[in-house]
Formats: sequence, structure tokens, C-alpha cells
Amino acid sequence: MTDVLSRSGKVRLGRLVVYGCLFVVALVYLMPLWVMVVTSLKPLDEIYGGSFIGLPKAITLDAWRAAWSEACIGTECTGLKPYFVNSLLMVIPAVALSTGIGAINGYILTKWKFPGANFVFGLLLFGCFLPYQAILIPMARTLGLLGLAGSIPGLVAVHASYGICFTTLFFRNYFVSLPDELTKAAMVDGAGFFRIFWSVILPTSIPIIVVSCIWQFTQIWNDFLFGVSFTSGSSSPITVALNNIVNVTTGRKQYNVDMAAAMIAAIPTLVVYIVAGRYFVRGLTAGAVKG
Amino acid sequence: MSTLEIDRVRKAYGQLEVLKEVSISIGTGDFLVLLGPSGCGKSTLLNMIAGLETITGGEIRIAGKTVNDLSPKDRDIAMVFQSYALYPTMTVRQNIEFGMKIRRIAPADRDKAVKTASDLLQITHLLDRKPSQLSGGQRQRVAMGRAIVREPKLFLFDEPLSNLDAKLRVDMRTEIKRLHARLGTTIVYVTHDQIEAMTLATRVAVMKDGVVQQLDEPQAVYDRPANVYVARFVGSPAMNIVPAVLEAEGTTATVVIDVARRPAARIGGISLSPEALRRHAGRKVLVGIRPENFSIATEGTPTLTVDFDVVEPTGPDTLAVFQLGGVEVTARLPPRQAHAGKEAGLAVDTSKIVLFDSETETRID
Repeated sequence: MTDVLSRSGKVRLGRLVVYGCLFVVALVYLMPLWVMVVTSLKPLDEIYGGSFIGLPKAITLDAWRAAWSEACIGTECTGLKPYFVNSLLMVIPAVALSTGIGAINGYILTKWKFPGANFVFGLLLFGCFLPYQAILIPMARTLGLLGLAGSIPGLVAVHASYGICFTTLFFRNYFVSLPDELTKAAMVDGAGFFRIFWSVILPTSIPIIVVSCIWQFTQIWNDFLFGVSFTSGSSSPITVALNNIVNVTTGRKQYNVDMAAAMIAAIPTLVVYIVAGRYFVRGLTAGAVKG
Repeated sequence: MSTLEIDRVRKAYGQLEVLKEVSISIGTGDFLVLLGPSGCGKSTLLNMIAGLETITGGEIRIAGKTVNDLSPKDRDIAMVFQSYALYPTMTVRQNIEFGMKIRRIAPADRDKAVKTASDLLQITHLLDRKPSQLSGGQRQRVAMGRAIVREPKLFLFDEPLSNLDAKLRVDMRTEIKRLHARLGTTIVYVTHDQIEAMTLATRVAVMKDGVVQQLDEPQAVYDRPANVYVARFVGSPAMNIVPAVLEAEGTTATVVIDVARRPAARIGGISLSPEALRRHAGRKVLVGIRPENFSIATEGTPTLTVDFDVVEPTGPDTLAVFQLGGVEVTARLPPRQAHAGKEAGLAVDTSKIVLFDSETETRID
């Protein structure tokens, strides 16, 4: 009896230590976010008055409004709104294209193997390790030849093609765990290449589609280098616009507007994680356990 | 009309030949079992019949029509896979309907076909479930339902029972046999389980290393195996293969078998063709005796006197193991008649004895 009690006491103490550590670490990680949130809700005078971490005396959404629709980026004072739209126009087709092509690639590389399929897969994998910087100049030249330089469609093309390596890897590894007999059964049933893909393979792939979309969305939305290299002026994505707001100021640095702008730029990826995050973990571990 | 002719079919992956000139021909309503260990090429052959593997050489004809270059959907076949391969995101009904949808069969006819098949297989109450909610036996039935609604010329089964537990396997075996009797469709069935082959087949093709060893009806394969390999593969416990010397005695043969610490045993009265008798007289042969062809000698002098080494009661009968001709031999005897470590006199049913050439290991007639 006493034995059980003392043991459970030890367990409780252990738990306490674990949760305590987690709490402290979480606090440290949340600190910058806290500073961002409270700063964005304060008037500029209060910030310069020295209160940085404390709660705002009077909450104001002026900084958010300014960041969204009034802040000056270069010579245009339009706020982040048009660039937010640019990013959406870029990220949606780029995610759709790279995920779609990755899915078909993975399907071919696992269910319609051809001589040299593994070699092709190896080449695609190689693409995952290419640093962004290495492809800047060839990509600029290619976009120029295609007449897509400096435009959003050009940026979509860059992100979609750069993402295919990763999405192919995701889908290929997921499809490898689907039994080949599934494809064979569908073939005997009379289904062709696309019918099998659409009716049999894709419906089983929701978790990996979600993983691919989250991954691609985060990568593309947060990208700065491609955005700053391949677009200019009014066709820039939000990351580039954010940089311009923060770095190009006249007079006093508007910390509250900067913070609000940074948060506006970060919100979409946060939303994607919160909405689809549980699929993300499920998709990454899928195939480990047979359902 | 749904005959199947496999005519000198070959399959090679580069230099590796997995099927060597296989020829099998069956008639309408036949139940052909391709029997062999893993790696013998039986599944490859089935996939070639289905059109899921290319044919390196030779011809496959279904109902008289060459299908070598037809895709699976044009071969008028249906297939049941080892893992059932049910579409995981579709309900049972959608699984069964899928093939009909692709072939643009009218919804009313589809419903009728689903109903007929699900009634036949007793899965009507499962139609709205997903495969993941079904037991192994139920999945098996759904897979068969999916095959039945196609009304194919040929059913192909790829080890359909090997994922089921022992009890269910026996039940489903009966079910498949009943289905075959009911539908009368020609079936090709792949298995490594010789009992499935014996119970289901009208024709068995025993395969090894890409070569058909024997193609015959199951009882004939069991009684008159074409060679030592088939003799050992079909039947459990396996047929005893004992080295001996053949002596001609008039028109019949006698085999002389060494017995440890005793005078050699002589089993006579084995009928053999005069030609074979002349050729093998005085030479070494292999004697094939099924375990059940031994019995305890009750009258006269026993054919063999042996010492039982191990005795294994199985319930309906007892397996007695002893040494004969330098090899281990098993006899299937009635219960309580054999005792370990005891001497016993055995009789042998000579009409069931099969002789094999000691070099080529093929049957001598």
C-alpha cells in the first residue's frame, strides 16, 4: 500500500518537473510573439515612452489599420493589402501546381514503373538539396526567355518547379506503401491511368495531400529570396513588401506598424497550421501503421 | 464457351527465365489449380493470363481468342487478389460497382447485379460499410462479389485464402467450391497449399522452377505422381520415398529394401510393364509409399518388421515413424495400434506403390 503511494508520489513529482520545463520553454518561445502583439496594439508615443513588454494602457488598432492599408512602401502608400493579394495570387496556383504534379510523379514512380524510374527519382531527390542561391541566375535567364520576368506568373513558375522535388518525394513515399494489387485490381476492373489515379489512388491520399499543401504553402508564402529576385514594384509578394515597410522609413521608426505588418504577413501560415495541423502529423507518420 | 489454352508460354526477365514453355489447356467449367512453392512462377503465370505481365513467348487463348496483346480490361476476366485489394475509400457497394461504372452499365442493371452477387455471398447487410470495417472473411467475400458481377469468362484467384486464419480458410474453401458449382465459370486458382489444390481442383498443375511437373486431375496427381518432386509436394504427411533394388519375378516386380539390423525387406507383386521390368531389373529404384498404405499385419507373415521410433497420435489416426532403407518413413495407422520403441509387423498395399527411376526421379510404369 505504502509502496504504491510513494511510487505514485514520485510519478507526480516527475510529471511536475516535466510540465514545469515545458511551461518555461513555451514562455521563452512565446515571448517575442507577446512583444509583437502588445507593441502592435500600443500608440507610438507609449512605445517610445519605454514600455515594451507591459500591457498597453489604451488598446488601439491604428497600427494594424496603417499596416494593412496606409503604410508607405517606396513611394506608394497603399499598405500591405495589394501585396497580400499578390502573395495569395502566387501561393495558390504554385501550391496547386506543385502538389498536383508531385502527386502524378509519385503515382508514376511507384505504380507505373518504367526502366530507369529509380534513377529519375534520384535526380528529383537531388533537386531537394539545391540551394536557392544556386538557381537564381539560370532561373532569371529562363524567365526572361519565357517572357515571365518580373511578374507573378513567373514567380508561380519558379515556386512550382522548385517545389516539385519535395512534393514528388512526399507522394512517392506515401504511394510506395499502397499495395500494387490495388492498381492491378482497378486495371482488371477496366480503369485506365487517370481513372485509377483519380478514383482509387487520390481518395486514399488525403493526409499526404494536406502535408504537401502545408509544406508548400509555408515555403512559398514565407519565401523572400525568389520574391525579391524575380519581381519588382507592385508585383512583389508580401515578404518583400514587409521588408520595404520596415527598412524604408522617414522620421521615427514606427515599431507598432512594423509589428502589425509582420503579424499580418505571418497570419496565413498560422491559420493553415491550426486548421490542418493534425493532418500534418498524421500524414508524416502515415504508412507506419497499417489501417 | 470459356476455355483457356496456355500454349508454350515463356517469361523471362532479361537472362532470368521464370517460365519455360508452359503448356496447359482446360475446358469450360474447369477449376485449374496452379500449385507450387513460392518462386515457381505460378503467380507470374496468373498475372500473364490476367494481362498484368507481358508474355515473352508463346500464346495465351481465352475462349479460342488470342489475348497476348489485349489489356486486362479487354480479356473478359475477373481477379481476386491475396490482399483482396478492396478500394479503401469506397463502400462495399461502390467497390462492387466500380468496374460496371467504368463500363458504363446502366444504374438499374448495376443495382440488380449488386443485389444478385451480394445475396449469393450473403453480404447484403454490409453494402454500406467501408472495407476497414469488415473482417477478413467478409473482405474476401466482397472481393469475390466484385469479381462475380463482371460475369467474366474466366475467374482468376491469386492465393485468396492465405491471409485468413485456419478455421476461416476451410470455410471459405467450401464457399469457393460451392460458388464454382453454382456459377460453372472456368477458374484458375493459384496456391501453395496442396490441400486447397486437392479439394478444389478439377485439374491440378504442379509447378517447379517455371516448369509444369504434372497436369492431371487431383486424385491422379495423388495416386500416380509423375516424379519424386510431385510425390513429396502433394499429400501430408508426404509420400515416403525409399531407395531399393528392383528384381523381376515373372511378370511382376519385387523391391528389396535394406532394414537396419534385420534381413532386407522384400515387397513383391508390384505390377509393371514388361518393358520397364526388363530395363530396371537388378537396378536401383525409388519406392513411393503413401503413409496410409501401411497397415498393421494381422495374419500370415508381415511384409516388414520394423521398430517404431516416434509415435504421434493425431486423433483419427496415429503417425508412426521408423527407419526403412536408410531413410525416415511415416506410416498412418489406426489409433492405439502403434507404440514407440516397440517392434511391429507391417503390411503394405502393393497396388498403391509407385516406383521412380533413381536417376531421373520420374515415375516408372
